[in-house]
Amino acid sequence: MSSGELVFVGLGLYDEEDISVKGLSLIRGCDRVFAEFYTSQLVGTNIGRIERLIGKPIEVLSRDEAERGDRVLKSALKDKTVFLTCGDPMIATTHVDLRLRAVEKGIRTRIVHGSSIVTAVPGLLGLQSYKFGRATSLVFPDKNYSPISPYYVVKNNREMGLHTLVFLDIHAEKKRYMTANEGMDILLDMERNVGDGVFDEDSVVCVVARAGSSDPLLRADRICVLREQDFGHPLHTIVVPGRLHFMEAEALVRLAGLPKELAGKLQKL
Amino acid sequence: MGRKEDNIKKAKNLMNKLNNIRNIGIAAHIDHGKTTLSDNLLAGCGMMSEELAGKQLVLDYDEQEQARGITINTASASMVHTFEGEEYLINLLDTPGHVDFGGDVTRAMRAVDGCIVVVCAVEGTMPQTETVVRQALREKVKPVLFINKVDRLINELRVTPEEMQQRFIKIISKFNELLNKLAPEEFKNKWNVKVEDGSVAFGSAYYNWAVSVPYMKKTGLGFKEIYEYCNKNDQKTLAKKTPIHEVILDMVVDHLPSPKEAQKYRIRHIWRGDKESELGKSMIECREDGPLALMITKIIMDPHAGEVAVGRVYSGKIERGQEVYVVGMPNVNRVQQVNLMVGADRIPVDYVTAGNIVAATGIRDAIAGSTIADKPDIEPFERIVHISEPVVTVAVEAKNTKDLPKLIEVLRTISKADPSIHVEINQETGENLMSGMGELHLEITEYRIKNDYGIDIVCSEPIVVYRESVAKKSPHPFEGKSPNKHNRFYIEVEPLPENIVKAIYNNEIPQNVKKYKKEATKILQDLGMDKELAKGIFGIQGLNILTDVTKGIQHLFETRELIKEAFEEVMKSGPIANEPCQGILVKLVDAKLHEDAIHRGPAQVIPAVRNAIYGAITISDPILLEPIQKVFISTPQELMGDASRELNQRRAVVKDMKTEGDMVNIEAKAPVADMFGFASAIRSATGGRVLWNTENMGFEPVPKTLQNQVIRQIRERKGLKPEPYPPEYYMD
Repeated sequence: MSSGELVFVGLGLYDEEDISVKGLSLIRGCDRVFAEFYTSQLVGTNIGRIERLIGKPIEVLSRDEAERGDRVLKSALKDKTVFLTCGDPMIATTHVDLRLRAVEKGIRTRIVHGSSIVTAVPGLLGLQSYKFGRATSLVFPDKNYSPISPYYVVKNNREMGLHTLVFLDIHAEKKRYMTANEGMDILLDMERNVGDGVFDEDSVVCVVARAGSSDPLLRADRICVLREQDFGHPLHTIVVPGRLHFMEAEALVRLAGLPKELAGKLQKL
Repeated sequence: MGRKEDNIKKAKNLMNKLNNIRNIGIAAHIDHGKTTLSDNLLAGCGMMSEELAGKQLVLDYDEQEQARGITINTASASMVHTFEGEEYLINLLDTPGHVDFGGDVTRAMRAVDGCIVVVCAVEGTMPQTETVVRQALREKVKPVLFINKVDRLINELRVTPEEMQQRFIKIISKFNELLNKLAPEEFKNKWNVKVEDGSVAFGSAYYNWAVSVPYMKKTGLGFKEIYEYCNKNDQKTLAKKTPIHEVILDMVVDHLPSPKEAQKYRIRHIWRGDKESELGKSMIECREDGPLALMITKIIMDPHAGEVAVGRVYSGKIERGQEVYVVGMPNVNRVQQVNLMVGADRIPVDYVTAGNIVAATGIRDAIAGSTIADKPDIEPFERIVHISEPVVTVAVEAKNTKDLPKLIEVLRTISKADPSIHVEINQETGENLMSGMGELHLEITEYRIKNDYGIDIVCSEPIVVYRESVAKKSPHPFEGKSPNKHNRFYIEVEPLPENIVKAIYNNEIPQNVKKYKKEATKILQDLGMDKELAKGIFGIQGLNILTDVTKGIQHLFETRELIKEAFEEVMKSGPIANEPCQGILVKLVDAKLHEDAIHRGPAQVIPAVRNAIYGAITISDPILLEPIQKVFISTPQELMGDASRELNQRRAVVKDMKTEGDMVNIEAKAPVADMFGFASAIRSATGGRVLWNTENMGFEPVPKTLQNQVIRQIRERKGLKPEPYPPEYYMD
């Protein structure tokens, strides 16, 4: 075993206060702190504020450095090293490869979990985590890359009555975050291309903006209604609901403004 | 009204009498007298003064061309000729003869339907004759033969009339042999030239006379009389009695097809769109009331008018002020001027119709090879095949840094006007690379930048362009990982069989394999490729093929364009020396992908596939190919030794040696890299008494013993570390 250690610490969802007390004390006691913010960002804070809180400098890794991992591993071989990520370190963007390579080098590893968008969104909307199918991501369409597979993920989930958590693309380095409105447009585009009848203007979707902040915004309604609305600052997430349990229906009506008659229909899908 | 003006008027009137039009080119081995012939045809038709013709070289309108006595640019000219009481409009495109300018020849061939091949009576058919005939036949351009410099045979070589006959027979049968070897299947044995029917003419372009059997019947002047006139040194009378332009243009009208005839069989070959569509039918029938389809074959830079696009109208008509599309470009272009070309003059007209050659201004987005239409999305014409590709590069630098922006602009303009010049601009280092067909080609371009554009530049020593390939099949699939390590691609490479490389080179396989997959698959199978490999084809880049032999991998189709992007990138710059790849079959044999689309985007897939291909090449016995030239030398016996010595110092291999009179003709091949400076070396070794020329003949492996040293030199020049990376480098 090497003398160092690699601790993955999740920063949670929104600002520097989402970090756990355990995570904070581990950071304060470690030798070096690395972080990657290219896959996601804490919208409610900045690096300076996190550094002031933890009382030491953070070495922010570029995408390339984080993916290669050599800087982090070299440090962890002899020093107590913390690797900070947004959310929960092994969830949406998984850093399991880095962990495996550390294990291979005989480095002790640990994870300190943070709150994750994967649980926060269902929690805020009152949807039951048991009833989610495969999650998917919508990508900013590119010249040579505009995947259609998310459409089929939703389609398959719906056929089984399951909800779909739909993540929206982030280009952190360009400060470009996909809005829920753009996401809905992409879903409708996919429908036009595939035409299996999964979406139309009247399909119900749920939008969550700024999960983890003190004023998260929740909406559930038909696409034609939501498309016209402004959900404010990022990050946004979409849920395409499947068949609703009565408790879920009530939660969407009371917490997210879903019109009652739609809630009724969604229970009988 | 002068004769020239009169002709311009006639030309305008003839433009839409399709049966009375001929679009022709003239092609020949260097110095066989092509430009002299062009000028005399023009002069004979009253397009320039007869006294000057043969001396002034009007078609060589570039100052450089006149100074060096060779033709660089294809200029075009229209003229009017009367045959059997009817007037004909003859659109002539002049093409360069020097091998360094092969790109221009191929482009010109696209625009014409027939071609006069000039062969020197003294030298006979030469290697470049074969090249130009091949270029013509590839584009289904019908040839006729003109045997030139007959006067030299009589006056200098003093051959007897019988020997003269023998020589003619030899040249003609050699020419027909060539035609039958190279002609498209449907025209084999049909396009042979014959003395009796007048598809062969004899004469002297310099002295302005020619004869053919049909014309002899008109004038009563036969070979016997010709022989006598030449012997008497009275070729002036000959030129009066049997003028070259009459004989040659009679031959053109009588034996070369009108656009209406030619488009029936040529469209199929140059355009892959639906032949039953309105546009397809209109092109095959050469209709001026159909939709517009125009192919640009050349961009000329005019100091006043700017860029002038020259091309052939295949359907419809192009009018002044019309809005047109350059296929593949988003913007509408507005046609400003529409002209007919007469020598260096452009004559403005209101419109030019199907079957004619047009010179238009205002089509800003056009480059040589562009398809112009009145709709944005018609099927473009097939890519013009370049028989020669750039093999030599120089680095170009502005002497004054303040000229740099201007230099970049000029380099772009030049490569647009002459697509056989490739320009690579590096904004960061300020190093701009210019590649061309040979040392001379680049020297001339350098001269133009200095004189025509007034930019003081320094050019590096010429550098050879290499190719990378593999000598064997990968021993195992090479695994490439994405940076996030969640995606893996498995690639194998192997050498592409020679016949398939050739088929790609000859443009027999559609470039757009996405759209024409079935067709491409069938052609590859017919060429002997395994069925599974052929069915998986999804990319062609240069002379390389990408194929997918995986089965049922979920989500793989979403990453296909990214895989193709990586493939294209590697094929443009290989792992051994960052030179383009050639003759490699790249097989995707397996892939493992992340579940979520965000984790298998461009930033993941492209590097993963790139590494897999680089790695696969690295483990498959990578080889470096170098450009090779054929070298032809004609030397007096006593200088044989000196000439051979020059060759021996240049890794040359002598293929053939023939003695003719007191001259020896040597045919050799040598690497371009070792041929730099040959011109001055052989001149000083032999006192300029040796005639020679070269022809590019593709790429061959660098000898094993030299390969590592050459790779090291290239890498150091490019600022890379001296050794290529080992396979392990591409594993992680």
